[in-house]
Amino acid sequence: MQSKGGQGVDKSCCAITAIHPSMMQDRKTFVAWLQAAPMMLVFSVFFLLPLLLVTIVSAWDYNEYEMIPAFSLRGYSDTFEGCIADLPNLCTILKTYLKTLKLCLLTWSLTLLIGFTVAYFLAFHVRSKTWQIVLTLLCTIPFWTSNVIRMIAWIPLLGRNGLVNRGLEGVGLIRQPLEWLLFSEFSVVLALVHLFTFFMVVPIFNSMIRIDKRLIEAAYDAGATGWQTLVNVVIPLAKPGIVIGSIFVITIVMGDFVTIGVMGGQQIASAGKIIETRLNALQFPAAAANAVILLGITILIISALTRIVDVRKEL
Amino acid sequence: MTTTAALELVQLTKMYGGVTAVDAINLKIPPGSYCCLLGPSGCGKTSTLRMVAGHESVTSGDILVGPKNVTDLPPADRSTAMMFQSYALFPHLSVIDNVAFALKMKGVAKAARHDEANKLLELVDMQPYAARLPGQLSGGQQQRVALARALITSPQILLLDEPLSALDPFLRLRMRAELKKLQRELGLTFIHVTHGQDEAMALADIVVLMNAGRIEQQGSPREIFNHPRTEFTAKFIGGHNVIAVGPETFAVRVDRLMPKRPSEAVAGPSVAGTISEVEYQGTYVRVVIAVDGGSEISAQVTETQFDAANYAVGERVLATWDPTQANLLKTTSPVIARSPERAA
Repeated sequence: MQSKGGQGVDKSCCAITAIHPSMMQDRKTFVAWLQAAPMMLVFSVFFLLPLLLVTIVSAWDYNEYEMIPAFSLRGYSDTFEGCIADLPNLCTILKTYLKTLKLCLLTWSLTLLIGFTVAYFLAFHVRSKTWQIVLTLLCTIPFWTSNVIRMIAWIPLLGRNGLVNRGLEGVGLIRQPLEWLLFSEFSVVLALVHLFTFFMVVPIFNSMIRIDKRLIEAAYDAGATGWQTLVNVVIPLAKPGIVIGSIFVITIVMGDFVTIGVMGGQQIASAGKIIETRLNALQFPAAAANAVILLGITILIISALTRIVDVRKEL
Repeated sequence: MTTTAALELVQLTKMYGGVTAVDAINLKIPPGSYCCLLGPSGCGKTSTLRMVAGHESVTSGDILVGPKNVTDLPPADRSTAMMFQSYALFPHLSVIDNVAFALKMKGVAKAARHDEANKLLELVDMQPYAARLPGQLSGGQQQRVALARALITSPQILLLDEPLSALDPFLRLRMRAELKKLQRELGLTFIHVTHGQDEAMALADIVVLMNAGRIEQQGSPREIFNHPRTEFTAKFIGGHNVIAVGPETFAVRVDRLMPKRPSEAVAGPSVAGTISEVEYQGTYVRVVIAVDGGSEISAQVTETQFDAANYAVGERVLATWDPTQANLLKTTSPVIARSPERAA
């Protein structure tokens, strides 16, 4: 519209306003860039730049107390030290990554199962919009308190003399308190699931709410059972939400070290924990190298996920 | 190739909370007929269809397909199939997988169900599009796929929920003809819900006109158009003037109403009024008469008749009709009301 306006102006009287169309186009492009600029600036300064620095530092040399700005892959080689010699036994770093992946997989499958179920309930069983909103807000209540408090709240519940153990002893189900309740993989996964299920609920709910209810009826009309409808209609159509939720949960859990630290009683090693340890030892290049490795693995998982669904197309 | 069945509704009732949507209707539709459930929105026609399909529970009453009482059966066991409003095709499945869906649910092997689906796609002329997704099809094409999908279970009764409302007017006429042709060829019972009386008139063997949860009138399109029994029918079906003469109300077709000059000799009933509008419509001329007392009626006269009389706006006329052509309506309402111009 604007570019047309330039041509349509009466030339005899308004020479100044008659701007050449190509100039108009340039101006439009400029304005578009200007509009995107604040976000670009924030994104560059707080995300791209640090990422670049981390990658650069990961290829620096270091000794016990300082980093040396010279190219060296010591950060990487130190990380995998002895891994080849140890074969077929796994070295510490590989074991740690496997453990992180295991925790991630457990958390992912549980949050997916619970998140999908909750979203399904909200989208298909709660009929009124008001109740859908109320119940979704109810899901956000845990987020009104800080992460740390929500984690620590588990301790009096799961501890050796905690509510669960006392209760079970009281009913006579156990004689000795259960040791695996707290500071174990169990408590870590429990806390992670508790913290992050909501990140699954929201995108899946968002996908499901957009499924035309008549499709469910059409499936029923064609003789599909509830389970067949779920597998053949609901899950395929909720896939974008599942993938987006999975990306949220996987990226958070892969990099987590606080939850795993607190709930694991600082006894469970994870990819995030390695970076923290290296940082505490002031071995920045090694920490950066580990960060780059972790980033690489996470990107691999996510690109595999986006293979399944073209998320951009679905948004 | 296909078998068909009669449909019978016995005292069928649907209540939503305290609101009665369908009020104890009785209806018999012979096998192989094309039936249109016609009525304004909220008259209970869609609820009736959904109860027949099995997508809505029945509050009381029975639904019989052929000799079988299907009232409490799931949709797939009723020998009915439904074609949904705006088709409800699965957006993530190709055309052929959409059509073969019901067979997949039954556990038919892929090759066999694709064979069967291909036959139906051929029937609706959609075979070249088998690999497309529904989003890549036009409205008319989507409708054909929806038809094929509904037919794959070999239903005896096909239920269509406003099948033409999603199409543009031009396509609507074409798909309407295709529906009728398909029904004739397959010999199935079609139950078609619509709010368009033109659609019902063009398609139906039996028109069931519903109002406020009850059947207002049923019969062939000609019966209903020529013998409306109530004011509602006369107004909804269109093409009628509802005229009160003394305590009685009559329905007079617009093309049977004849304006006469006060000077002319008038035998039979008439109402006096002033011509308020003259519209040339090509095949006929519409003369709108403001009846003394407020309301408007309209007469549809041929071009020749109009030329002979040459009525002008503002002229005093008597609207007359042949009493044998008027239908006495079962209503106590003394209002003189103009019929909605639906037939035009």
